[in-house]
Amino acid sequence: MKVTIDGHEIEVEAGTTILQAARMIGGDVVPPAMCYYSKLKGSGGKCRCCLVEVTKGSDANPTPMPKLVASCVTGCMDGMEVKSKSSDRVTEARKAVTEFLLINHPLDCPVCDQAGECDLQNLSFEHGHANTRFIEEKRTFEPENIGDKIQLHMNRCILCQRCVQVAEQLTDYRVHGVLNRGDHAQISTMVSAAIENEFSGNMIDVCPVGALTDKTFRFKSRVWFNKPFNAHRECTTPGCCGKVTVWMFGNEIQRVTARKDEYHEVEDFICNTCRYDKKEVSDWTIEGPRKFEKDSVINVNNYSRKLEKVIINTERGILMGRDEDRKKISMAAIDYNKKIDGTEVKQ
Amino acid sequence: MGRKILLDKINVPGIKSYEVYRREGGYASVEKALKMTPEAIIEEVKASGLRGRGGAGFPVGMKWSFIDKKSGKPRHLVCNADESEPGTFKDRYLMEYIPHLLIEGMITSSIALEANLSYIYIRGEYMWVYKILERAIQEAYAAGWLGKNIQGSGFDLDLYVHCGAGAYICGEETALIESLEGKRGNPRLKPPFPAISGLWANPTVVNNVESIAAVPWIINNSGADYAAIGIGRSTGTKLISASGNIKKPGVYEIELGISVEEFINSDEYCGGMETDRPLKALVPGGSSVPILPAHLIYKTANGDDRLMTYESLSDGGFATGSMLGSGGFIVYDDRACIVRNTWNFARFYHHESCGQCTPCREGTGWLEKVLWRIENGEGREEDIELLWSIQSKIEGNTICPLGDAASWPVAAAIRHFREEFEYHVRFPEKIKNRDHFTHEPFHKVRHLVAPQTV
Repeated sequence: MKVTIDGHEIEVEAGTTILQAARMIGGDVVPPAMCYYSKLKGSGGKCRCCLVEVTKGSDANPTPMPKLVASCVTGCMDGMEVKSKSSDRVTEARKAVTEFLLINHPLDCPVCDQAGECDLQNLSFEHGHANTRFIEEKRTFEPENIGDKIQLHMNRCILCQRCVQVAEQLTDYRVHGVLNRGDHAQISTMVSAAIENEFSGNMIDVCPVGALTDKTFRFKSRVWFNKPFNAHRECTTPGCCGKVTVWMFGNEIQRVTARKDEYHEVEDFICNTCRYDKKEVSDWTIEGPRKFEKDSVINVNNYSRKLEKVIINTERGILMGRDEDRKKISMAAIDYNKKIDGTEVKQ
Repeated sequence: MGRKILLDKINVPGIKSYEVYRREGGYASVEKALKMTPEAIIEEVKASGLRGRGGAGFPVGMKWSFIDKKSGKPRHLVCNADESEPGTFKDRYLMEYIPHLLIEGMITSSIALEANLSYIYIRGEYMWVYKILERAIQEAYAAGWLGKNIQGSGFDLDLYVHCGAGAYICGEETALIESLEGKRGNPRLKPPFPAISGLWANPTVVNNVESIAAVPWIINNSGADYAAIGIGRSTGTKLISASGNIKKPGVYEIELGISVEEFINSDEYCGGMETDRPLKALVPGGSSVPILPAHLIYKTANGDDRLMTYESLSDGGFATGSMLGSGGFIVYDDRACIVRNTWNFARFYHHESCGQCTPCREGTGWLEKVLWRIENGEGREEDIELLWSIQSKIEGNTICPLGDAASWPVAAAIRHFREEFEYHVRFPEKIKNRDHFTHEPFHKVRHLVAPQTV
């Protein structure tokens, strides 16, 4: 099937969603996604960040879709034409969703462990306003303890429900879910139970914001002060791949996460033993520094990026000046018999 | 006297009981339908032009013909009795006073859809109605209208009433299905539509109580007879739940096509305004539809009479029209404060938003907070623009129509009653006692917010 997204044509298989097709194209046509997670079944459709405009339904039925559609759950049709970044409606809608996500968000990035690798920060960097129109009191929740490994900050949550799907699909039984409704809907456990499943730590990795963070890494370091290295170990937990990213400060492993791709999705899920209990360098076979995916604060000083040769033309710069400056000062010959406006000078 | 189809027998003493209902000709449509082919029944309903009475007005016959019969999966009919729209109470009346009509409709419709397992999803607040329905179903089972081999025809049907827990969102058909499956009542992403994959991933049709209750009459008579009532594509009769500042609030069955003026003022229906205060505004179809100002109630924008039909009420689009919706007809006289009313609706949607998708979850709360400030004299001039902007950003960007339903009343209130919002913002001391329009109706203070020209 042929799909066109922002003028880029691509062949995809039947059943591909618009978002997946856009990711195949890559670059800035890819809609942002806060709730969709390709590794989790049934995710997506909730955050409305990935809305796109379908200007042509398909070759068979070319009528455009009247509403913007969520690209993560809308399948491609043959001959479909989609506008993502090139549509003003889409840009407006993304700005709107970003504003909605931020009005009740505490904006406590300076003390949030997720800062630097937070999807909401990226989204608001791209689509947000510097000012807020929301002058009301923000909605808040009572703090809740969901165990000694995972820190829940409900105020930061955007209710993408990825963590619910992790618990549903990776663990044997789920003890947490969404309670209440509307803007008081919250992620919580049933009667304040602790989340203790061996794969529960993946909830931290899939959380797009700082609502679920690693208690063993809490307030230890900003993420961009750590250097990510790929590492692996022979893990005996069934279902765990043992391939991780270790975040080092000097010779010290500050935290362990699964390996995430450029869309912040984990390549494979890891168990809690790997995540919390193996914090010695001797536990891991370190493969080398994690490759550069895209610009972000985490990649400050990342030396895995290909470096261009730097040429500094000091001498030339000092003696001759830059080319563009030289052009500016070389004036054409001046006719002294004319004024500046072109009239003749009376003798 | 207008023709009565649903409420024809409502005054017969004891019509709640099976014996009386049967004596009055009840369950005749089932007998007739069992002799017809399912396709013929669907054709008859299509010919009747019956449109869904829950609010959207989608043709019932067409909805039935979309149901996937080829897959061979079991099919279900679900009756949506989760009537929670503020201003709407017609289904409750129907189920409470003539429960067997709904059950007869369910059986006839299930025969048409070849569904052997059907449900009535009733809201939790209607517990006493739930008990009435339960009893009626027991009577129908005992009389052989439900269960195995109905009346010796070989058709089996089991009918259950399921009681919800009181969420407005469960009136949305996919959220209703989720709730019926025992999950959290969140709307599903569409497609797939319920006609392909609904209850337990089986093809499902969800219809309003009133739509289903109209089916027996259509089968007993004919689709053409039903289509003869009404005007154009608005055929048949409709229950209207009239409330507000009128002499006789209540549930009325009207022939679609009578004028709004007649409905409000005739003694057969609302009986005119409650007092001699003038009419100020009208919500014709439940809280979700746009509010109409006085000059657009009896006449449309181009001067035609406003009729009680789907088309006439929506004439002029949202700029000068509204919708028939579910028939929650709320009349306001000049004591009503539109800002307070809009806040009240916004509060409802804030409370009832399911919290699944961002624009509705965050936006409905924001709308309510801003409206609350304006209503309490803490509004700012820019808040009116802000409200307009928020509602336009919710509308169309959500999973289900609740977001639209929350934004339309706000949009219409600002569109038609902007001066009243400005009055609240500019004269907070005048509104602080909450009785601002009771003693001083808005038309007496309008000059205060009128644009000044020198």
